[in-house]
Amino acid sequence: MINFLKYRWLYFLISAVVIGAGLFSITKWGFRYSIDFTGGSNFEYQINKVVEKSKIEKVLDLNKISVVSLKLQDKNILLRTKVLDQNKESLLKKDLEAKLKIKITVLRSETVGPILGKEAINKTLIASILATIGILIYMSFAFKGFNFAFSAVLAMLHDLLVVVGTYSLLGHFFGAEVDTMFVTAVLTTMSFSVHDTIVIFDKIREYHKEQGLIDSETAANQALTETMVRSLNNSMTIVFMLLSLTMMGGSTIRFFIMTLLIGTITGTYSSPFVATPILVWLEKHRNK
Amino acid sequence: MKIFKSIIIALIFIGLIWVDLPESIKTKYKISSQIEFNVFEINFKKDFTTKLGLDLKGGSSLIFEADTGKVKKEDLNDALNSARDVIERRINFFGVTEPQIQTVKTGDKYRLNVDLPGINNYEEAIKLIGQTAQLTFRELPGEKIATNTPIFLQLTKDTGLSGIHILKSTVEFDSQTGKPQVGLKFNQKGTELFASITKRNIGKPVGIFLDNIPLTTPNVQTEIPDGSAVITGNFTTDETKKLVIAINSGALPLPIKLVEQKNIGPSLGEVEVRKSVYAGAVGLIMVLLFMIIYYGRLGFIASLGLLIYGLISLFIFKAIPLVLTLPGVAGFILSIGMAVDSNILIFERIKEEQRKGRSFDIAVRLGFGRAIDAIKDANVTTLTVAFILFNPLNWEFLPQFGMVRGFALTLAIGVGTSLFTGVVITKRLIDMFYKNKI
Repeated sequence: MINFLKYRWLYFLISAVVIGAGLFSITKWGFRYSIDFTGGSNFEYQINKVVEKSKIEKVLDLNKISVVSLKLQDKNILLRTKVLDQNKESLLKKDLEAKLKIKITVLRSETVGPILGKEAINKTLIASILATIGILIYMSFAFKGFNFAFSAVLAMLHDLLVVVGTYSLLGHFFGAEVDTMFVTAVLTTMSFSVHDTIVIFDKIREYHKEQGLIDSETAANQALTETMVRSLNNSMTIVFMLLSLTMMGGSTIRFFIMTLLIGTITGTYSSPFVATPILVWLEKHRNK
Repeated sequence: MKIFKSIIIALIFIGLIWVDLPESIKTKYKISSQIEFNVFEINFKKDFTTKLGLDLKGGSSLIFEADTGKVKKEDLNDALNSARDVIERRINFFGVTEPQIQTVKTGDKYRLNVDLPGINNYEEAIKLIGQTAQLTFRELPGEKIATNTPIFLQLTKDTGLSGIHILKSTVEFDSQTGKPQVGLKFNQKGTELFASITKRNIGKPVGIFLDNIPLTTPNVQTEIPDGSAVITGNFTTDETKKLVIAINSGALPLPIKLVEQKNIGPSLGEVEVRKSVYAGAVGLIMVLLFMIIYYGRLGFIASLGLLIYGLISLFIFKAIPLVLTLPGVAGFILSIGMAVDSNILIFERIKEEQRKGRSFDIAVRLGFGRAIDAIKDANVTTLTVAFILFNPLNWEFLPQFGMVRGFALTLAIGVGTSLFTGVVITKRLIDMFYKNKI
């Protein structure tokens, strides 16, 4: 048996540093919101020959288009603007084709009104709160104790903070945008986190049952020792899948998969090193 | 008995592979992805094809907001439904396969979600959908046209009479034949126009068009001065009702405004799919290798179980059929991870029991029993989350957008299937592979 819980302070420190960095980034740089949330238009055009960025900018200027950002990657134009209606887009496209003597293929064109995004956020928040309550209720029944459920949910919140915080960093340094896909990834992380925690808690529950009232710290250490290999192996398999998707998968899902990857890692980490110490602490205080 | 059982399992297995084979693979024997058979004169027909979502296949997703300000509350549902029908008719004109149109209510806002998979010319489509239903009356132009062209193509001259001149349209039944027909009542201006049109066209055809599609092209018998007309044709009662709704909505338009549009070119989706499938395959192979290297023979069995799991899930996707989107693929990948987890849990338990000095046979039995609790609890929580995200009752306060739901659905199916394969099938396989050894 390895005394994992002896290094509690270290786990706490690691979590504090990661979450701290994330919170710092959130307060300082915030998030980059996609048009899903702010409203606006996104266009991805493929052109048949390379043109200079300044020439494109000139045409955009002439058409009086309020550009949010313009990126040129080889023969792909990535353009983000304030809400642009269909007619204006058609005109702009024709103008670009005529003035720059190019041929445009539309890869993607999206326009979102500003109200929809806020609604989506609210709805997802409500769904997450409901899901959390569902987890609390189910775990309280399955583990016959509120402490198990409560620590699992706290670890889940820990993972939520880690993912959201790192995403703000990803946004600042690599331009990751908060969109509905990100929301999906956060929700996945939350369910994975609880999934992983339950496996360890199941072990602790078993030791409680089998060996009577041994103190929960010993039970926890024993459970951690026995499940550590399984936790690592399991996460390893998910990490394999996600890593290959991050490196080779399509570009539209890259940040989504990266978020899932971060979520998997923190979800695995938090089960033994966040949820379990909290559970032990709670149980100790109950016994006193 | 045993042989019989093996044959059934083999048949099921072949069936699974047959359905799962990608449509693009051509074999010597033509594989049809359709199953059709008759039992007691009931025809079963099932099409097993992979349905790809807009983000994978390309296409347009449009959201219109209805301006309900001018419509009375009691007429609102009718108006929305007719708007929906009008849009559907216009899309069919475009020949889009499997368009999806949904009315969604959020707070006091009413929206129409229109999904057009595989459409290239989205600009045209948006324009066409955005119009309000227009009923027009047309007559023959002055000059002669070759008589062998169909009547409705000859009727090219607009009479100036249109949907805005209609007070009301109703379902009526012919007093002699009992057939359903559409009754029109014109307003004052319309009555005047209609009278003069019928007067100058006696003996000649006048066409009634809805959104440029001819409804009927009757010959005028006499001048009609009382401002009412009927559209007859071989309509069923149901069709007549729909026509009436469409005409009423054309006359009393419910303005709709485009608030969101997402158009994805077919080429982008294709590249994304190819890359992601490739990456997924590499990831899967790495997982299988890892399992085999770490757990040896048990790992090999788990890998087999995992392959069977993949076959069954794919079968379910095709059978529902489920529209696969990128988030859906992600949900599926996550569920693969969780399926492997069930196996790892069981194997670790088996090893644990072996360490306690139990024989392999007993260790397997105990290991399975012990692991079930954890597997059950872990998967039930995941299913709970998937259930809430999927929002099966379509509650207003939960996400109604497709991406999150697609993710939740594949996750739920994946987790459900993995409970079955991870526990039942792996156990069978272990029994099969180890029986002779003990």
